Amino acid sequence: MAQNRDQLTNRTDNAIRSNMGKTILLFVPLMASVLTGCVQVTAPDKPIVINLNIAIRQEILYKLSAASEKVIENNPGVF
Amino acid sequence: MRDSVEMIIAAVLLGVTATSAMAFQSGRDPAYQSARESGQVGEKSDGYLGFVVPPSSSVRALVEDINIKRKAVYSKEALANGATVEEMALRTGCRLIAERMVAGEKYQTPSGQWKTRDGSAPELDPRCPR
Repeated sequence: MAQNRDQLTNRTDNAIRSNMGKTILLFVPLMASVLTGCVQVTAPDKPIVINLNIAIRQEILYKLSAASEKVIENNPGVF
Repeated sequence: MRDSVEMIIAAVLLGVTATSAMAFQSGRDPAYQSARESGQVGEKSDGYLGFVVPPSSSVRALVEDINIKRKAVYSKEALANGATVEEMALRTGCRLIAERMVAGEKYQTPSGQWKTRDGSAPELDPRCPR
């Protein structure tokens, strides 16, 4: 009975050990890739240009004649 | 006879323009007025003020404050007219440079260069209505 129990314990131990081995084997390449696979970020040699050319509708500008006059007249401290 | 009538009309128009320009200037903060007159700040073609020379902290604060207020009035008026804030600002900028500025003040040309306003026609943004 005692012998049987020892056998069972050993079997369980062995099963755990062999699984741990597999797990470590699985993680080794993963860790290696984490250590070596750094993402390289280099600043571009050309300046970054952001185009802020906002669309202006020409026909709207014509309609804003009176509005622009009003804006200037009504806000003397701001212009 | 016709020449003299034209002269009188021209003189009256000039007088009206000068008077309205003077009345117009009176609403300004004296510090802002002097910064304009001395050419430290000028009108950009986009409807906002810009720095002709690197500004002192007080001039910077003054101009930034005015530009924020300008944006507020442009936004309000743009909304009322179905235009974008940029369109309203540009249109007002065209008018400010073409009609409201007095000789000696600085404005920015479409190429980004600062020029002094004088009697000649200013270099306006090509999108300004003619």
